[in-house]
Amino acid sequence: MIVRENRLILAHVWVALGAMFVGTAFGLLQVYSRAGAHVTQFFDYYRLLTAHGVLLAIVFTTFFICAIATYATYSTIPRVDRPLWIGWTAWTIMLAGTLMAAVEILAGNATVLYTFYAPLKASPWFYLGATLLVAGSWLVMADILVQMHAFKKANPGKKVPLPSFISAVTFVMWFIATLGVAGEMLLLIPWAFGWTSGIDVHLTRLLFWYFGHPLVYFWIMGAYIIWYTVLPQMLEIPVWSDSLTRLTFLLLLPLSCPVGIHHELMDPGISPVWKILQVGLTLAVVLPSLMTAFALFATFENAAAQKGKTGFIGIVGALPWSNPAFCGIALAMILFIFGGFGGIVNASYSMDILVHNTMWVVGHFHITVGGPVALTFLAVSYVMIPKLTGRRLMTPRMALAQVFGYFVGMSIMSIGMHVEGLLGAPRRTATLDYGGSSTLAASWEAWAILAAIGGTIVIANIILYAFCLASCAGIQSRGETSFGFAQAQNPEESPWWLNRIDLWAAACIVLVVLAYAGPIWQHFHEGPIYLAPGYRTW
Amino acid sequence: MHVPRFEKIWIGISLATMAAFFIVLVTLAIASDVNPPSTDGLTIDPAKVSQTPPFDKPGLHQIGPRLYEAYYVGQVFQWSPNEITIPAGSTVRFFVTSVDVVHGFSIPDANVNAEIMPGWVSEVEHTFARPGDYLIICNQYCGAGHANMYAHVKVTP
Repeated sequence: MIVRENRLILAHVWVALGAMFVGTAFGLLQVYSRAGAHVTQFFDYYRLLTAHGVLLAIVFTTFFICAIATYATYSTIPRVDRPLWIGWTAWTIMLAGTLMAAVEILAGNATVLYTFYAPLKASPWFYLGATLLVAGSWLVMADILVQMHAFKKANPGKKVPLPSFISAVTFVMWFIATLGVAGEMLLLIPWAFGWTSGIDVHLTRLLFWYFGHPLVYFWIMGAYIIWYTVLPQMLEIPVWSDSLTRLTFLLLLPLSCPVGIHHELMDPGISPVWKILQVGLTLAVVLPSLMTAFALFATFENAAAQKGKTGFIGIVGALPWSNPAFCGIALAMILFIFGGFGGIVNASYSMDILVHNTMWVVGHFHITVGGPVALTFLAVSYVMIPKLTGRRLMTPRMALAQVFGYFVGMSIMSIGMHVEGLLGAPRRTATLDYGGSSTLAASWEAWAILAAIGGTIVIANIILYAFCLASCAGIQSRGETSFGFAQAQNPEESPWWLNRIDLWAAACIVLVVLAYAGPIWQHFHEGPIYLAPGYRTW
Repeated sequence: MHVPRFEKIWIGISLATMAAFFIVLVTLAIASDVNPPSTDGLTIDPAKVSQTPPFDKPGLHQIGPRLYEAYYVGQVFQWSPNEITIPAGSTVRFFVTSVDVVHGFSIPDANVNAEIMPGWVSEVEHTFARPGDYLIICNQYCGAGHANMYAHVKVTP
């Protein structure tokens, strides 16, 4: 690939990593505050919590997924004189939106956390910035679809290369999902500017979570692109199954959007019937998840078979554990197993009451997005960034220690948070002493301290990561790094319906209508269409 | 499309697991009425909470032997009433609403956990078998003083 395309991909990576460094630093202050370190006199806990959530969950992930999906598409659909203006326009709009929102958050004008629940009323520029970030990412989708179209025109009857195809599915899902938050912004922005006098609190929550859960699958699909196609390249084997990979991504399309209400199980104004319907649809994600587990174990088995190794010990021993990129991804997968278990608890209708809005949920998403997804991105960047810049990683051993350290730190932090949550400790709360009025609250502190210890280890390894990356900057590091996106040996075998994103997108829309018609009808039929004035309570 | 035998078995296991989870949840919901607080259509005008009985006088009302209704109003950053006292073995039906932003009504030691939205009344019931001092907290971020929003349920022997 030529350098001018690399520059666009790197531009996304740098913004992602910048957001990651700032966001994780804020996270450290939060775990200390909760552990009783009396640090909130020095900073505004909720302002930095908002920044932590937005920078990591939205900015870091979205920019990195844009990088990986664009890279996968460009490198498997070769073109001369590829127009890059769509990609650069997208990046510019996304960056402008990010800066706009970040300035408002850090200035204290948007201390509404990353869920921005109305009637908390942030600065309109915060909502506008977030909208630009999302709208810019739609252009990334447009770019991927343009490349796919060009491929189809040049290669009639041939299947779109797998890495491009799954990148396109990821972004089509993202587009359908973000329509929800875009709709919410159409209500929030005029209200924040003062053009409308009130906001429909219940409707904004429905729209937010319509977007909020597929957002989670967007992160996972970003990691899946790497697990399914980059990992085999590292192991020097083809993708295990073309059709299974396509089916996994296509299944995530209809199963992503019609499930958001499982985040609102404790909400009034939504009948139990609609809640349990979406719980059922949520559980269906077990299928693509376990198919992925199957495919990845099969990939490991194939890689070992190439070296003549079989059996559990033989397979584990044959894997390249000294490669920090591989090792980081493998550790990320281990975290995801536990993340998946916890997720089933959260989604399980009647069990959710035990953990809803507790620290358990925070522990859960730190071993899903904070573990599997973030660690996959950091690990892959050890080969992707050197490849894009024409360099080599000069500190492979330190990088190996880094991915292990991150894994250990995140595991410890997550265990502390999960137990805190089971004991009832609330999330999104700066201090946990409740005026010393409760022995139960006092029992949370030990686990909050464990979380702080884990958080400290994570931060130490983020600093180590920056150091490893900086080692690529010197003159002596110039050289070639192996990185790429693998494909299956026989892609033409998979059936035609696994090459049609439109049919699956249509299925998604049908399911969304079925799952949301009830709650929306209920909202307008029996709910009070109460328009809240807006509050600045921070 | 060739699907290996082990893959077919594995997909079968996945589908069966999924179905089993769902059947358990639906059975519990229907047979034992294990449902999250959902309150269909129990609504209130947030601007008129202080004039709407029984929320004009938040507090505890005994409606039967060891059976109570408790009306709570959330407002940044406090719950009213601040403290109630009941004997052990009492069942309390909590009715909670907000006059301003979204709050979270949670008794971590009990299965009481509900989002409180302005405009709606959330209903959740619990039987306090053991005596003790139960902490009520706000578990949804509501502003700068969120961590100081709490109340108590005193359960006497």
